[in-house]
Amino acid sequence: MAADFLLQGETISRLLVGLSVTLRISLVSVALSLPMGVLMGVLFTRRNPLLRAVLRVYLEFIRVMPQLVLLFIVFFGSATMLGLNFSGEVASVIVFTAWGSAELGDLVRAAIESIPRSQYDSAYALALSRRQAFLRVILPQAVRRLLPPSVNLVTRIVKTTSLCMLIGVVEVVRVGQQIIDFYRFDYPYGALWTYAALGLLYFAICWPLSLLSRWLEKRSS
Amino acid sequence: MHWDLVGSYAPLFMTAARVTVVVSLGGVALALLIGLLVAVIRLWRVPVLSVVAGAYVEFSRNTPSLVQLFFLYFGLPKLGILLSQEACAIACLAFLGGGYMAEAFRSALEAVPVVQHESAQVLGLSSRQALQHVILPQAMAQATPALVANVIFLVKESSVVSGIALADLMYVAKDIIGQSYDTAEALFLLVVSYAVILVPLSVLGTYVERRFADGC
Repeated sequence: MAADFLLQGETISRLLVGLSVTLRISLVSVALSLPMGVLMGVLFTRRNPLLRAVLRVYLEFIRVMPQLVLLFIVFFGSATMLGLNFSGEVASVIVFTAWGSAELGDLVRAAIESIPRSQYDSAYALALSRRQAFLRVILPQAVRRLLPPSVNLVTRIVKTTSLCMLIGVVEVVRVGQQIIDFYRFDYPYGALWTYAALGLLYFAICWPLSLLSRWLEKRSS
Repeated sequence: MHWDLVGSYAPLFMTAARVTVVVSLGGVALALLIGLLVAVIRLWRVPVLSVVAGAYVEFSRNTPSLVQLFFLYFGLPKLGILLSQEACAIACLAFLGGGYMAEAFRSALEAVPVVQHESAQVLGLSSRQALQHVILPQAMAQATPALVANVIFLVKESSVVSGIALADLMYVAKDIIGQSYDTAEALFLLVVSYAVILVPLSVLGTYVERRFADGC
């Protein structure tokens, strides 16, 4: 039942390298999703019917498909159909950016639409231009409502990047598998301990974020 | 895209869709059961159990389903717990979904005003009767949109079971891409299959969200 292999320097450093890939994919995707998601959400509140229809179809497709399907489409599909050979990591960033910005776009839309009509009217009554009203009155209120679910979205992205191993990205779960294989004969309980350790590792990253999201939500209400 | 290939692969996807649906249904049913149980344990503040239930909810919601699945499938056999792929897949969705369902039930149960609990008690109902006849019926309306959203989430998450070689939609697509390189056809059928399962659920989700928007 020994699990001391997990505490050996080499194991730990390998897991950290894997973790850095997980975090790199997550952070880059989150960083790209932020401006794109906000843009999409704002565009969604415009009254242009064609724009709305196109956005709607795009958002619904991204949100309804399992993330693994999206990874397959970008990783395998773009190579065969478009002749674009993305590395697993680039394909992952594309998928998580598309997914993250679609989810965020929906949150932004909901947040903007939840601001009561009277806020606009009051802003216009105070002689603010449309731009000023949006930037100085609507947006600050929307951001406050947006923060808790957005932090939650980050934890979802971090968790879901584990799927990248299924298209060949060597992130932390794949490194865990390599460690299990490496110690197969010396440590027959390797799989048990390694997956438990991986679970704890993700928990250590995602739980504080979940708590933060909950705290933000309590504070804003 | 070769439509004759699409036609010839379609039956494979029909069979695989059945696997996806069966695993999802099993997982959703168990997740609802676990979720309700956990939410009631936390509502009643059952000593010891409610702490365990709280830890379970946090752990199931803050770890990836793929790691949960691998732990069940590759880790637990080391302790002599051997589950079939199907059982593992369903157990994984039940474990993951249980936490999400518990939160949906809990926030709905907590939204029922305290006066309802007190009135039930004054009328001489036991806590079980109060829950069954007074609290739960009111909470259900509140919980429905979140429960439907969780069902959609779990069906989507069921795609990870291809990671333990269970022949669901994802696995069949991967198999075709790997064996015959008919990538476009496989991806097309994959998207269509998931759309057939998920779009109606998503429409239902939008409907119940509107229908129950005021919690009534």
